[in-house]
Amino acid sequence: MNPAAEIPPAVAVLAALLVLAGAVLTLIGTLGLLRLRSFYARVHAPTMGTTLGAGCVLIASILLFSALESRPVLHEIAIGVFMTLTTPVTLMLLLRAAMQRGGIGSRAGESAPPDQRP
Amino acid sequence: MSALLLHWSLIAAQVLLVLAMACAALRLLRGPYVQDRVLALDALYVSAMLLMLTIGMRGGSIHYFDAALAIAMLGFVATAALSKFLLRGEVIE
Repeated sequence: MNPAAEIPPAVAVLAALLVLAGAVLTLIGTLGLLRLRSFYARVHAPTMGTTLGAGCVLIASILLFSALESRPVLHEIAIGVFMTLTTPVTLMLLLRAAMQRGGIGSRAGESAPPDQRP
Repeated sequence: MSALLLHWSLIAAQVLLVLAMACAALRLLRGPYVQDRVLALDALYVSAMLLMLTIGMRGGSIHYFDAALAIAMLGFVATAALSKFLLRGEVIE
């Protein structure tokens, strides 16, 4: 079964480029999560995947399913709104927890007191 | 031709997203502090949600969207609960 056979070429090319861009951006974000030095730097990296990466993939999904069902399919916007609302909340909670555990003045988790090391 | 391009770019996107999940899992296993592990779990959830969306686009099925929405919500709840636990020592006060 090949669902991509009956959609217009322009939509297919655009969706392909958007999906590729979203996946590459998410991979760059997680590579940053792996490679950056301190926790406060690492917090920034995955947000690339949650904002721009997820946005690209969601727009591609909207395009593809709208062309496939020949009517506007917009429920992917729900995921987009949900991610946009929840990511800052969770990351701010996590940052507050990290600051409380490592101490506000400590340099990015490297000099956390020894009793709080895992 | 364009259908072929879409097919192969969806496969490439799936491979890239699995690589992203592998990076997040490595940080989850390695992370020196607990907050690193929680952050890696959040990134893992996001990558899994995007992977679910690309699987749905490849199969032309709209039902994978519900799974992606469920994964997004579970990721939010899990990360918020773990952060609250790290902050206070208990989840529900």
